[in-house]
Amino acid sequence: MSQAGGADLPRQALLKDLPRGVWPTLAMAPFVIYTFLGLGIPTLAVVELAFRSEAGKLTLSNLHTVTQGTYRLGFENSIVLATITAIVPGILGLILAYAIQTGHSGLLRRLVATASGVLANFGGINLTFIFIATLGSTGVLTVWLSYIHLNPWNFGFNLYSFMGVAVVYCYFQIPLMVLVITPALGGLRPSWREASENLGASSFNYWRTVGIPVLAPSVLGGMLLLFGSGFAAYATADTLTAGTVTLAPIQIGEVLNGNVISGEEHIGYAIGFGMLIVLSITMILYGLVRRRASRWLR
Amino acid sequence: MTTTQNTSPIVDSFLQDLPVAGAQVELDRLVRVFGQTRALDGLSLTIERGEFVALLGPSGCGKTTALRVLAGFERLDSGRVVVNGQDLARVSAQHRDMGMVFQSYSLFPNMNALNNVAYGLRMRKQGSRQRRKKAGELLELVGLADQASKYPHQMSGGQQQRVALARALAIEPRVLLLDEPLSALDAKVRAELRDQIRSLQQRLAITTVFVTHDQEEALSMADRVCVMKSGRIEQTATPATLYSRPATAFVAEFVGVSSRVPVERAGDEVLVFGQQCPVRGGAGATWDSIDVLLRPEDVAIETNPDGKGFVTHRSFLGATTRLVVQVGEIAVRVDVRSEVAADIELGNHVSLRVISRDVLVAPRVGNDLSAAS
Amino acid sequence: MAALIPEIAYEEMQGGIPQVEGDPQRRRRPRLRYWRGIVLFLAGAYFLIPLYAGLKFSFENDAGRFSLYAVKAIPSQTGFSAAFFLSLRLAATTTVLTMVLMVPTATYVHLKLPKMRRVLDFVTILPIVIPPIVLILGVLEAAPLWLRASPYLLSLVYVILALPFVYRSLDAGLSAIDLKTLVEASRSLGGKWVGTLWHVILPNLRAAMLSATVLTIALVLGEFTMASLDLWTTLPVWIYQFSQLDAHIATAVSMLSLIGTWVLLTVIVSVDRSQSRRTRRRTGAL
Repeated sequence: MSQAGGADLPRQALLKDLPRGVWPTLAMAPFVIYTFLGLGIPTLAVVELAFRSEAGKLTLSNLHTVTQGTYRLGFENSIVLATITAIVPGILGLILAYAIQTGHSGLLRRLVATASGVLANFGGINLTFIFIATLGSTGVLTVWLSYIHLNPWNFGFNLYSFMGVAVVYCYFQIPLMVLVITPALGGLRPSWREASENLGASSFNYWRTVGIPVLAPSVLGGMLLLFGSGFAAYATADTLTAGTVTLAPIQIGEVLNGNVISGEEHIGYAIGFGMLIVLSITMILYGLVRRRASRWLR
Repeated sequence: MTTTQNTSPIVDSFLQDLPVAGAQVELDRLVRVFGQTRALDGLSLTIERGEFVALLGPSGCGKTTALRVLAGFERLDSGRVVVNGQDLARVSAQHRDMGMVFQSYSLFPNMNALNNVAYGLRMRKQGSRQRRKKAGELLELVGLADQASKYPHQMSGGQQQRVALARALAIEPRVLLLDEPLSALDAKVRAELRDQIRSLQQRLAITTVFVTHDQEEALSMADRVCVMKSGRIEQTATPATLYSRPATAFVAEFVGVSSRVPVERAGDEVLVFGQQCPVRGGAGATWDSIDVLLRPEDVAIETNPDGKGFVTHRSFLGATTRLVVQVGEIAVRVDVRSEVAADIELGNHVSLRVISRDVLVAPRVGNDLSAAS
Repeated sequence: MAALIPEIAYEEMQGGIPQVEGDPQRRRRPRLRYWRGIVLFLAGAYFLIPLYAGLKFSFENDAGRFSLYAVKAIPSQTGFSAAFFLSLRLAATTTVLTMVLMVPTATYVHLKLPKMRRVLDFVTILPIVIPPIVLILGVLEAAPLWLRASPYLLSLVYVILALPFVYRSLDAGLSAIDLKTLVEASRSLGGKWVGTLWHVILPNLRAAMLSATVLTIALVLGEFTMASLDLWTTLPVWIYQFSQLDAHIATAVSMLSLIGTWVLLTVIVSVDRSQSRRTRRRTGAL
């Protein structure tokens, strides 16, 4: 170390002489700047433009328009869609995760972990195509079901509608729930189960008094995540329905594609702003719920 | 910190109301096989009413399995569990009326201490007010009345285990089962809880089975101790008997400290440090080669420049000092009173003398697999 | 797009699959087994049937018969190579940018600024609150014209999308190797910062970086929302546009990209697993 030549010493001495806060600031700068430019500015733009008319004046009329008529319907539909695809896949995911967890096969669990990771990340359009191939009017499953006279299309099912989108969303929502809830299930200690049994509780009573209450915050948290995921998704809904379904993200897409009443171009920003509000609330709730969950399950 | 030696009127009246809780437990040739291992290999044991029995042994010896079989969490491959004359084969864990305290983290996290303790009563459909009263009394019994509304994550490990104990006692079980309840706690808390559990058990006279790998715990708490190894019981005896008259080499080496010294025969007796000693129980007549197991207090030491041993270590233990003496290739541990030890220094040559009236022998290590502990 | 949410889940699952406590040979309740079997069967069916359907459709012609025409025709379709290579270029650019940005940052924060970790955690949650559809809205407005004219604008935005899981991957990798000790050891032996970074930190981060890279590539290759609205024909956009012409070919490409992603993810999961096993053995930890 003492071989560091005279050439090095002055430079190192210089670096040490810098005031305390400088190095950390410099080191974090690239990240901070990039995030600000890439995330902060666009978001601020959306928020700001939501409150401006085309002429540039500050106005609430965009927000006003967005809470009425077809845009209001878009929000309502999106929220309903997100809620349905949070609750149903949430419960199904919980059941599936439990089924996997109680099997003691490490192989199965690893397989499922990988599969869930993949499925939860499915690109929107890939999902569209495989579902058209499955449940389209001539899809594989449709054909199989029609052999037993249960062709869903005959019962009013339409893949290219709101209903279809909900069914397709389950494909990534269920794995997402499995991913989120599995650690919580792992946190359910066998000693609780045994203690309750030892004290005279039946299986039903165990779940009623201990299992479900302890899991509830995590399940709720998972469902909140699913809500956010279902609310914000665009690609699948857009490609599946060719943009015909009234959902908030789709409507933003329509605005960007120019399919909007002239004079209302800034509607898109107002819709975006509305989405930001909904999602922020969701994530705040998620944070609160998670804190409760981690207190009990650690 | 209050101990349970308090004589609060609530507690005393509670204790008066308690029926005699002890049940007689009989474990009859229990066998439990997991894959290739025989976790229980024909284990038999009878526990009297109100007795405190410790199952002691190294990990994997089957002590926890035995306890869990008794509780109903493990099924048996063969054998019977009989409590007060009733075979429990068809009785599920839920209905066995035994209270169990687990090693750790068994309190229900979503309930406070009071509700945890009242849980068993709730399952027995007792009324709310009655439950809370009883649970309160039990918390007082374990000295945690002021923690009633705390949640498990707000309590220390020691406190949690005391609540767990109260919870198990709330249902007035006929058998109390404890699965290494102190292992996860630190030393000081462990010692305090040890006393509390023991005195509580004595007052309530509940038949108790206590599993541990810590021989100090077992010896200080139990009426009788079963030393287990590989699914079988090596010896069941009072702590004193176990210590002074171990039946096998395994017990001698597991309980207390002993030094293993290879010796030669001298007729019916053996030659230890040039001294002829009778063999305990007259064993070993048929063995090829013999080792002797000596406790540190069985050996006397004196400095002797011609002695064959020399001192290599000394550990100050308070009233006594433990010296390690190297004799040839063997290390012998010897306890002497600390004032005497002051005159003996490291490197001193010493001679050793057996002062117990007989010695415990075992087949020489290497000839017999089971002699290795 | 669900792409970002799982990263929260990964954080909860850091270290792999939680092991169920207790004796693995516990008494099985027979009722439970049947019920489990049914659930797993139904789940398997639900997830596998669409994949089968997609594959089947890729290997069929319009008459419904088995045919490889769709697969064989892929490379020659109009716009395919352009779209495919554009996606690859974007993926490469995004990956490089993300790594260059995040590896030093994550390392520095881990070493010197533990308090910033909470801030970083928060920032990586933001892309969930600000989904791609809203982000692209803002980007298209705020970005200068010269950027908007280039497809690499997408790359720059993709970096933001990739931040959550890249950061988490790196963070997990850094936590697993006890970075502080290694760095101090290196420095006490005379290593300078750059050398330490190159010889000590990077090799140990290899698995985490690999995992992050693969996830980034998968993200870029599958991203449709922003690319379609920014009007660049990346692979997913091409697939959608082409499906109007020939659904079989479009589906075939889609299945290929799906399979490719799955293969890549499986690879990183097993690399990741063997890495952490090695580390565990080495340090004797866990």
